[in-house]
Amino acid sequence: MTALDARVLPDWAPYGAVAASAAFSAALLSAAGAFSVALLFVLTALVACVATYAWSRSVEGSRRAFDRLVTLVIVAAFCLALIPLLSLVFEVTKRGLPGLSLEFITADARGKIGGGGAAHALVGTLVITGVATAISVPIGLMAAIYLTEYGGGRLRRALTFFVDVMTGIPSIVAGLFAFALFALIFGPGIRMGVMGSAALSVLMIPIVIRSSEEVLKIVPNHLREASYALGTPKWRTIVKVVLPTAFAGLLTGVMIAVARIIGETAPLLVTTGVVDSINSNPLSGRMQNLAVYAYSEYRTPGVFKQASYDRAWAAALLLIVIVMVLNLAARLIYRRYRTEIR
Amino acid sequence: MEVDTTTNAGQLLAAASGGRRRRGDRIFSSLAVAAAVTILVLLAGVAFFLLVEALPAVSASAAELPGGKSLVDYIAPLVFGTVLAASIAVVIAVPLAVAVALFISHVAPPRAVLVLGYMVDLLAAVPSIVYGLWGIFVLGPAAVGPMEWLEAKLGFIPFFEGPASATGRTMLVASLVLAVMILPIVSAVAREVFSQTPRKLQEGALALGATRWEMIRMTVLPFGRSSVISGAMLGLGRALGETMAVTIILSVSGIVTFNLISQANPSTIAANIALDFPESSGLAVNTLIASGLVLFAITLVTNLGARAIIARQNVQ
Repeated sequence: MTALDARVLPDWAPYGAVAASAAFSAALLSAAGAFSVALLFVLTALVACVATYAWSRSVEGSRRAFDRLVTLVIVAAFCLALIPLLSLVFEVTKRGLPGLSLEFITADARGKIGGGGAAHALVGTLVITGVATAISVPIGLMAAIYLTEYGGGRLRRALTFFVDVMTGIPSIVAGLFAFALFALIFGPGIRMGVMGSAALSVLMIPIVIRSSEEVLKIVPNHLREASYALGTPKWRTIVKVVLPTAFAGLLTGVMIAVARIIGETAPLLVTTGVVDSINSNPLSGRMQNLAVYAYSEYRTPGVFKQASYDRAWAAALLLIVIVMVLNLAARLIYRRYRTEIR
Repeated sequence: MEVDTTTNAGQLLAAASGGRRRRGDRIFSSLAVAAAVTILVLLAGVAFFLLVEALPAVSASAAELPGGKSLVDYIAPLVFGTVLAASIAVVIAVPLAVAVALFISHVAPPRAVLVLGYMVDLLAAVPSIVYGLWGIFVLGPAAVGPMEWLEAKLGFIPFFEGPASATGRTMLVASLVLAVMILPIVSAVAREVFSQTPRKLQEGALALGATRWEMIRMTVLPFGRSSVISGAMLGLGRALGETMAVTIILSVSGIVTFNLISQANPSTIAANIALDFPESSGLAVNTLIASGLVLFAITLVTNLGARAIIARQNVQ
């Protein structure tokens, strides 16, 4: 059999098969009185696989039939993987919107039984994340500069290795570390915003290093050499040539790192505690945070259970929006402002 | 301008006189080294402070510890639960992640690839607390029916022995949520390596008359195999340490069982810490920190294994 006179299915065959299978499955399920979206998806996938394989095998032979089957399975798997994302975005929006109001972002929860807002959690999130960023970015950036511009020998190898190790630290362990550190200094009852920042820094530093290193590595060497040739000292070359060239990438990396830690719950649960009123001083007393707020509204709902759950969902919605905006903005900035390197 | 010439002359002189470095360079490079050393000290600090705080629990007698059990008896069921939940998550997530990666790298229309990749990345960016709420309020209730079906039809398998939970707060649901959480990680690693498969191998296979699947089986999958394995181990490390989703979803009773769909489930180390830590004091805190140290060790070994596989492939 040669390719030229081989018989093939029409172009619309895959779509036709899936559509026909969906219609068939829907009819079958309604007839059986057990209609549900999940069942429809599963049944459609199964029927479509069988139908496509049989049809293609009878026309095109077994090899092409198997190819079509695998393609279908891959597409189905992809759709399956998207279901949680779609369901999650849909449910969080649906359940979060009722709780989201002006009061939610402007009022705290002190003395407001069954009401109040999450202003204290918002403030806490900003302060804790801000301090963590202020700790992590200089250290992470300088370490990345060390790795790309200076590093050599044993320290470099050790750093690369231990950054890998750090990337794998579970967030709750980072929280325990911050707790252990401060408990040894201040005693076991201590809870402070800055403890949370320390824990988050442990998680954030390796992310900053990894992304900055990637970006600094692709700054072409001829830029550095041109700068040296003009007699510029190495440190000024780095500050004036390398960093500006990589700026968009560095900023993107930092924003994605912030997005990663801003929703952390576990490390803050063990370090910053839970509180009802606004506290903007990271160095004294407990501090609330959006993720922990959502968790405690769920875990210990007040007298009005549904109102508490609504607030938990509203906080979750707010978090998702913050994270997605950060991610999107990071990508846009990178697209818009990256230096074209040839 | 004048200043510049003099400094430049100074630099030339410095360079000529055996390359003695200027003050600015010295300061800047010591800053960079200081940052590198800080990170090593920080990591040593993590291990050291955890050890110091865990020691009292190690040296205490069984009677003083929470539950009146020895430290090993306290931690062992937690380790079991941790490994069980993470393993199931990996078993579910890895085949799906490979399929998703193949879809994005070889099946989807090239124009859609950026958007699709971004959607999968978004899954990775969703905070774990949101997954937890979604798991308990949405997936859990939705899973009750299927779990009853599993109990009725597949009850002879120990995993589905039942009785099926009526709330959906089971090991199966927790593992499913963990699977959703690690899928983007595994899939990102797989996608990266799939798209790096040498063009000429792929086109050679197609030119010899291979169908797309045959081409993928003969070139892409062998090329990406070890990366997929290491990606799976990275995902495993993530699932082992994941806290909030399990804390919220799982209804725990501290038993050791392979039964995935009942009310009574083993807890995990991370979830146990998150649940008990806020209300603990004294030796109970030290015990929890000791269990955290064990978790640290387990994830460390897993991650190092993954890195070793990647390193070995890079050498080849």
